[in-house]
Amino acid sequence: MTETISIFIGVIVLLGALLSLITTFGLIRLPDVYCRSHAASKSATLGVLFVLVAALLYFWIKDGFFSARLVLGIIFVFITSPVAGHLISRAAYYTNVPLWDKTVQDDLKTKNKQKIVKEIKNS
Amino acid sequence: MAFQILLNIIISFSWMFLKNEWTFADFFVGYFWGLVIIFAMKNFLPGRFYFERIIAAGKLLFLFLKELLLANVQVIRDILRPRLDIEPGIFAMPTELKSEWEITLLSLLITLTPGTLVMDVSDDKKVLYIHAMNITDADQAISDIKNTFEKAIMEVTR
Repeated sequence: MTETISIFIGVIVLLGALLSLITTFGLIRLPDVYCRSHAASKSATLGVLFVLVAALLYFWIKDGFFSARLVLGIIFVFITSPVAGHLISRAAYYTNVPLWDKTVQDDLKTKNKQKIVKEIKNS
Repeated sequence: MAFQILLNIIISFSWMFLKNEWTFADFFVGYFWGLVIIFAMKNFLPGRFYFERIIAAGKLLFLFLKELLLANVQVIRDILRPRLDIEPGIFAMPTELKSEWEITLLSLLITLTPGTLVMDVSDDKKVLYIHAMNITDADQAISDIKNTFEKAIMEVTR
């Protein structure tokens, strides 16, 4: 394994770790559930993705071992994490978790409320 | 589309039978000739030539990766700015996509675009409710992005 490649892989790992750290900052700093879910669903995805890609490259170049499971893992994280963000924020909205005070616009409020209430009662 | 792919695989198997050689390389050569044959016969087959769709799907994947990177740069900028300078809000976006599969794909892509998160899909599947982190500067730019995404998805599916 040459020097440049190992530096390159190291940079990718560090970027992934840094992104995860920034996600944590976002979770602490941002004001409400919905904004936090922005940070969690985007930066965390890319952070995990970078770490997995770096692991894939490392074992591929060092041992010549191409791990198909890591590729699958990357794809699964990619597909599932936005869905999780969507479901969490949706569930929060329908259980009346308040938006931040400075929220400017709320089109979802005009959506047929009665039906939603019925949905929650049934479940 | 699935029919054309199946036809192509059958053609490449017949190629292997004709040559009586059973390697992956021969399968590949047969697949290539099958592609040529299907391209020549595309007017008789139902639907569009399927390879165009595969290229469109590749473009969509590329667009997706690009947007993911941009989204992260923007989120990082919003988080690390010393004064928290965001204006969140929920807006409604009408969509032209019909099938559930297309709408799912569109909401996945929107969730990974800069500063937007899909909150809900209306019951008649015509409106998406989207939470945006910066609603003031976003409205116009977001509708542009949606148009490119919707167009790219339509290229693949119809």
